[in-house]
Amino acid sequence: MTHSAFLSWRFLKVWKRNLVVYRRIWKVNFITPLLEPLFYILAFGLGFSGLIGQVQYGGTELSYTEFIAPALIATAVMWNSFFETTYGSFVRMYYQKTFDAILATPLSLEEIIIAEIVWSATKAVGAAAIMLTVLALLGFIHLPQGILLIPMAFLGGLAFGAIGMFFTGIIPTIDMFNLPIFLFITPMFLLSGTFFPVSNLPQWVRPMALVFPLYHLTEMARWFSLGTKETGAVTSIGYLTLFFLFFAFLALKAMRKRIIR
Amino acid sequence: MKIIEVQYLHKRFNGFVAVDSISFSVEKGEFFGLLGPNGAGKTTTIRMLYGFLPPSQGSIRIFGMDITRDWRKIKARIGVCQQDNTLDPDLTVAQNLYVFAGYFSVPKKEASSRGKELLDFFALSHKKNAKVMDLSGGMARRLILARALINQPDLLILDEPTTGLDPQSKHQVWEKLETLKEQGLTVLITTHNMDEASRLCDRLIIIDHGNILVEGSPQELIIRYAGKNVVEVEGPDQALRSYVSANHIEHDDLGRRMVLYSPEGSDLNHTVRDRFCTEKCIYRNSTLEDVFLRLTGRELRE
Repeated sequence: MTHSAFLSWRFLKVWKRNLVVYRRIWKVNFITPLLEPLFYILAFGLGFSGLIGQVQYGGTELSYTEFIAPALIATAVMWNSFFETTYGSFVRMYYQKTFDAILATPLSLEEIIIAEIVWSATKAVGAAAIMLTVLALLGFIHLPQGILLIPMAFLGGLAFGAIGMFFTGIIPTIDMFNLPIFLFITPMFLLSGTFFPVSNLPQWVRPMALVFPLYHLTEMARWFSLGTKETGAVTSIGYLTLFFLFFAFLALKAMRKRIIR
Repeated sequence: MKIIEVQYLHKRFNGFVAVDSISFSVEKGEFFGLLGPNGAGKTTTIRMLYGFLPPSQGSIRIFGMDITRDWRKIKARIGVCQQDNTLDPDLTVAQNLYVFAGYFSVPKKEASSRGKELLDFFALSHKKNAKVMDLSGGMARRLILARALINQPDLLILDEPTTGLDPQSKHQVWEKLETLKEQGLTVLITTHNMDEASRLCDRLIIIDHGNILVEGSPQELIIRYAGKNVVEVEGPDQALRSYVSANHIEHDDLGRRMVLYSPEGSDLNHTVRDRFCTEKCIYRNSTLEDVFLRLTGRELRE
């Protein structure tokens, strides 16, 4: 049996199941991405920026608010997709036994897992689109090239959704998600050039930031919304794609071991 | 025509043998029982049958196809009612059916008419917009059954379909299953409820420690292993024990209680009543439960 036999377009059925559920509570799902950028802009842009002044980034000077606005979309992509394939998928797999039920139909475990990852990316796109609208109206994102943030959100969502699913495959209990969040997500959230440029970091820390997928996502977000960057877009897109493929592969292996034995 | 054909099926988990080389087959239209104590290997067997677990060794053919190769074609034609409540709590009652129909690629219009029919058949129409969490145990179980039929399966697999139900719900489920049986559906069922097995099964196997102990129709097995009638004697005395062993009467001696199995035409009932019944005695027909306990023992399993 080859693995390709276990993967087909049928994964969209499971993706659609998640969409049906999402639409039932769509109002709740809309509020967070709508308000989140406003809070951040208010707190950091208006409150905090007086302490900072201009930011040197990619050879240009930006106001602090301009600097963080695209990064807000990148971090939202990360939170949305990572939380969906960790807490969301774990609840469906472990407590609701949704995967067990689906495994009695002509779908494979691989299709379920890929559907969950693609769904997490879809959710990230939804959040990014709402934030994009808010931030564009406030003038922090240049259109039309800012539209490219949408496919970017999808790619970023795949990357974070895949690593989230990998953790779901290996974690014994739901409380233990604290560990990857504290050790991986939080440092990444703070050190990926989101709230200050990576060039401000000491020389020896910088390579670490370059390993973070959020760094590359933030880079692309700034490139698409402002046209400035530190690293090449091809490098960032390539890195995120490889990151997704690598962790999707590990996630499939871990979940097969966990559920089927 | 054979719907299920299992040969030398074997399953190991990290050195533990859950199913040890079992073989059996199920004919079209048959209601087939898989009985055994907890941990006997029933659920593991069933999970291999519907392609959830891969067998360690041996072969499973369903509808004449091999499960490891044609799993998708096979799964498209079976309905499974799992032991756990696997209903989708994020969806309503009706959505549970429609979304499930989607997994089987049933066209939307078709799914909608089948869904309505099944809700009707299982007396759930008035709950179609309810949340799954708000259903009683009996209703949830009926919905799981309805969901297992949404793809119009040629084989229905039921893993303890009435465990935990009140008598009313249990009898309602039995009636529905009997209707499905009359319509010619092939069914494989596991259960701990011996009344259920006697009432529904055409043929059954009892398995323990991953092996098949016996195979046959409920009536055959009862006659063969528990005779026609049973006399249970409380506080048996030495005189009864001597009488039983002198006359080679099939029995189980539980200390405080003795269970005697009498074949058709025996007058054991009268003998016991006249000579040995010191405290309390029960005279009844032999049941499948007697067979089950005789074959798998009376010790606790877990």
